[in-house]
Amino acid sequence: MSTPHEGRDEHAHPHLQHHFESMAQQYDSGKFGMWLFLVTEVLLFGGLFCAYAVYRANHPEIFAYAHQFLDKTLGGLNTLVLIVSSLTMAMAVRCAQLGQQRRLKQMLAATLLCACIFLGVKGVEYEHKWKHGLLWGTHYVPQGETVAPADAAGAATTAETTAAAAAAPADGGTTLPHAATGPQGLADHSQPGHGGASHGGHGPAGPAPRNVHLFFGIYFVMTGLHGIHVLAGMIAIVWLLRRSAAGEFGPEYFAPVDFVGLYWHLVDLIWIFLFPLLYLIH
Amino acid sequence: MSKHHEGPTYAHVVPVRTLLGVFGALMFLTILTYAVTYVDLGALNIWVALGIALVKGTLVALVFMHLLWDKKFYAVVLMSALLCVMIFIGIALLDSGQYQADLIPDFAPGIVQ
Repeated sequence: MSTPHEGRDEHAHPHLQHHFESMAQQYDSGKFGMWLFLVTEVLLFGGLFCAYAVYRANHPEIFAYAHQFLDKTLGGLNTLVLIVSSLTMAMAVRCAQLGQQRRLKQMLAATLLCACIFLGVKGVEYEHKWKHGLLWGTHYVPQGETVAPADAAGAATTAETTAAAAAAPADGGTTLPHAATGPQGLADHSQPGHGGASHGGHGPAGPAPRNVHLFFGIYFVMTGLHGIHVLAGMIAIVWLLRRSAAGEFGPEYFAPVDFVGLYWHLVDLIWIFLFPLLYLIH
Repeated sequence: MSKHHEGPTYAHVVPVRTLLGVFGALMFLTILTYAVTYVDLGALNIWVALGIALVKGTLVALVFMHLLWDKKFYAVVLMSALLCVMIFIGIALLDSGQYQADLIPDFAPGIVQ
């Protein structure tokens, strides 16, 4: 930054990179790059939404049953928290544009706080599912099974096979003939309910369909990837906070705040679709 | 907005009132989508939920993400991505629909063992 560029205006903004004509051009280029990145994010999550759509279309009973394990009040609370964080982020961009240094820091801190609350609530939800063995694939061993859910969840491959072997005889009288269940059908040890076990305060009603673990696989991949994005956003906001503490942002240079804001709003946008699709299944 | 002229020369500053208005609408729609799950609309429930999510998403994209005031090119970029996703999901659903007859009831693939 200290070396002046040749033929460059003496009063050029210190954050103007030498390969750009003006702050406006630099801003536009950055914004275009950011949008292209957001497009890749949309496509990334698009693949997961596709998996969701195909599985839900083919096996609606799994979704209708398994979503009852999710706490839609906690999910709704998290939705509200993310919306608040989106507002504070949009306010932060505004403050940066107007050079309101103090409020900029306050808004960024508020956004960060909301992100912490979101992940905290998410953690409570994950812990509940972990405790009750409501996990993906062969880790799906709901409470009330012969294997303690905590063991099955943290187990290595060898333990999984023994868990499956131990559970399979108990389910020996499968309703489908073995030929019909296909080559993988024998692992259908994942049915809760025959112990009459209740799953916390909001246990699902009705008999469990087969392969409920598919829902939890989709649930954990989608919310997990989203959670990782929230985490990445938090790191970016901390970076913004450090830079805004140094007073780097103002009416001429607010691009980083704006671009992190775009990313943050996209993360919010994805949750806006995840929430009804996972929690609010009727 | 009396402070409007203090902002940058090359970007639009969204008024606080607009931001708060969108925020209120998003809060309301979230509560609405939550409440509507207690009403049995049959197969319509998912479409109502998706419709509300779409309205919320549009509000976020237009106002919070500045698409309303930015160059329309960014909106085209976003829409092209969404179009790709919709085509992708649409064709995948059509395809798996063709296999409905072959599906074993109550059985889904995906178990590792």
